[in-house]
Amino acid sequence: MSAKKSRGMIFFRVEECKGCALCVDACPVNVLELSSELNSHGYHPATYKGEGCTGCGVCYYVCPEPGGIKVYKRYDPEKHTAEVQ
Amino acid sequence: MSGNILEKPQSFYSEYTRKPGADTLTTHYCPGCGHGVLHKLIAEALDDFGVREKAIFVSPVGCSVFGYYYFHTGNVQAAHGRASAVATALKRANPDSIVISYQGDGDLAGIGGNNILQAANRGENFTTFFVNNAIYGMTGGQMAPTTLIGQTTTTTPRGRTHENEGYPLRVAELLATLEAPVYLERVLIGDPKYTMKARKAVRKAIKAQIEGKGFSMVEALSACPLGWKMDPVDAKNWVQDVLVKYFPLGVTRDNISEVEGYVPGENGNGRKPLSDRELVKKIDIPSDETTTTYPLPEAEDRYKHSEIKIAGFGGQGVLSLGVGLSQMGMLQQYHVSWLPSYGPEMRGGTAHCHVKLSHNPIGAPLIEKPTILVPMNKPSLYKFEDSVVEGGDIFYNSSLIDTPPKRSDVNVYPVDATEIADGLGNTKAANMVMLGAIIAKTGLLDKEAVITEMKQIIKKEKYVELNQNAVQAGFDALQSVSG
Ligand SMILES: Cc1ncc(C[n+]2csc(CCOP(=O)(O)OP(=O)(O)O)c2C)c(N)n1
Ligand code: SF4
Ligand code: SF4
Ligand code: SF4
Repeated sequence: MSAKKSRGMIFFRVEECKGCALCVDACPVNVLELSSELNSHGYHPATYKGEGCTGCGVCYYVCPEPGGIKVYKRYDPEKHTAEVQ
Repeated sequence: MSGNILEKPQSFYSEYTRKPGADTLTTHYCPGCGHGVLHKLIAEALDDFGVREKAIFVSPVGCSVFGYYYFHTGNVQAAHGRASAVATALKRANPDSIVISYQGDGDLAGIGGNNILQAANRGENFTTFFVNNAIYGMTGGQMAPTTLIGQTTTTTPRGRTHENEGYPLRVAELLATLEAPVYLERVLIGDPKYTMKARKAVRKAIKAQIEGKGFSMVEALSACPLGWKMDPVDAKNWVQDVLVKYFPLGVTRDNISEVEGYVPGENGNGRKPLSDRELVKKIDIPSDETTTTYPLPEAEDRYKHSEIKIAGFGGQGVLSLGVGLSQMGMLQQYHVSWLPSYGPEMRGGTAHCHVKLSHNPIGAPLIEKPTILVPMNKPSLYKFEDSVVEGGDIFYNSSLIDTPPKRSDVNVYPVDATEIADGLGNTKAANMVMLGAIIAKTGLLDKEAVITEMKQIIKKEKYVELNQNAVQAGFDALQSVSG
């Protein structure tokens, strides 16, 4: 998938992640992993490998933390970067 | 949530400020717990249907006891197993609201089994979400009614057996034997294809309520990684590989399209809820508008908050003296509470009730240390004498109690209540003699107002005058006594 342009985009709130890996397990294109870093609760939070997200929303629906994940189904860096910050 | 972005629904608080401690961003649930996913599906549906403002979330006892930390809706926390009873009351009292009753398997199928059965059978128009994780999560992994045969828990260390613990309860099927429910479905929280089906069911159930169709329930098979001692991904897989074999997924009832809905204010057909107003008319409670009120009586400071325990044997009018005191107190601007004590004592021994009359709002109605004790017979005096606060009052029925109270640090008033009532023609009026006596010494209530309003507490016309005379006689008997 490396050459494939990402249509979607995903943002994690690191401090709202419990490292359960359900999103990692569920992502159909396997673009998520647990970080080797720890968050302040002592969990290895989920992170985006950096490309390939299709914006399918699967990770959002399997994540048990209400604010853990934000998914853009269609992501345009020029349009959206400002509102994500 | 439609649109381009999937994010935390508005029906959650953006920050969980009710949650104690520094971390107000994450839930208290264990990593991988199914509760969080179901919460999210419910919150998303409330957003999408635009009903957050009128939604009331009933949190049970169980891991989801703190639902009110998270849901930015109305919230009520119910006693264990009672969510469906509380939801019934909430919906009937507020027919416009959207009531979500959320219960675990210990809560719904164990201690609250009869509550859910009756609520579903009455076809109450609220929505139940039933989290079946085959275990008691909150208390550390004991067997639930839904625990599988062979499953080990802390209370079935060798595995559940049907000989010892019976078979796991299939609630979605059980409720489908009833006539009233309109929609029942079992779903699971797990891989996305299942979770998206669960999402559909959640929305359908809430929509059925919005349309006034009647009782709906979604049972969600859900992981409890902590209770099962599994990591989150294994726990999720166990739900869809093992748990589901005993609890088949699918709809066990769907009558939604056949039932005519009732929407308050829009139509008069279908499942019309009985509103309070109609009920009040039927049982003939005088409404506020027609009731005269009286000013708050002036009494010594110590009577600004009175905790009164009235005790005697059944038939002495102990409970109705309590009702009388609180009803009259209410007319005279007090905050009041009345709590009867039932139990085996009702049959012969002592019965008692707790009455509070206060210038301030009352928290709990229970009384442990009365400021005023009213024993109508001997056993009641023995039982409660020691509990009276120092400087408090004891009004005792000296017709039946020949050994006066021993306490010297309280004010003791003998009242010949039964004899005086007998003299008026009916020993049953002894309780009202006592009322008059209490008023005479404490000034808690205005006596003339009590006599004028006697019909509020004595429903039978022919007994009103007798009881008015009894209050007057008790008042006269004690007014001349010093102390
Ligand atoms: C009247 C009463 N009895 C017992 C308890 C102890 N108790 C607390 S939670 C619980 C079981 C909850 O299990 P479940 O409903 O399955 O919810 P879960 O914790 O698994 O989400 C029990 C028995 C209680 N709080 N109140
Ligand atoms: S939105 Fe879909 S593709 Fe993107 S990370 Fe989440 S699960 Fe993977
Ligand atoms: S599912 Fe949510 S809590 Fe679990 S690892 Fe992914 S982001 Fe973190
Ligand atoms: S004990 Fe089980 S049900 Fe309770 S929060 Fe933890 S995983 Fe969830």
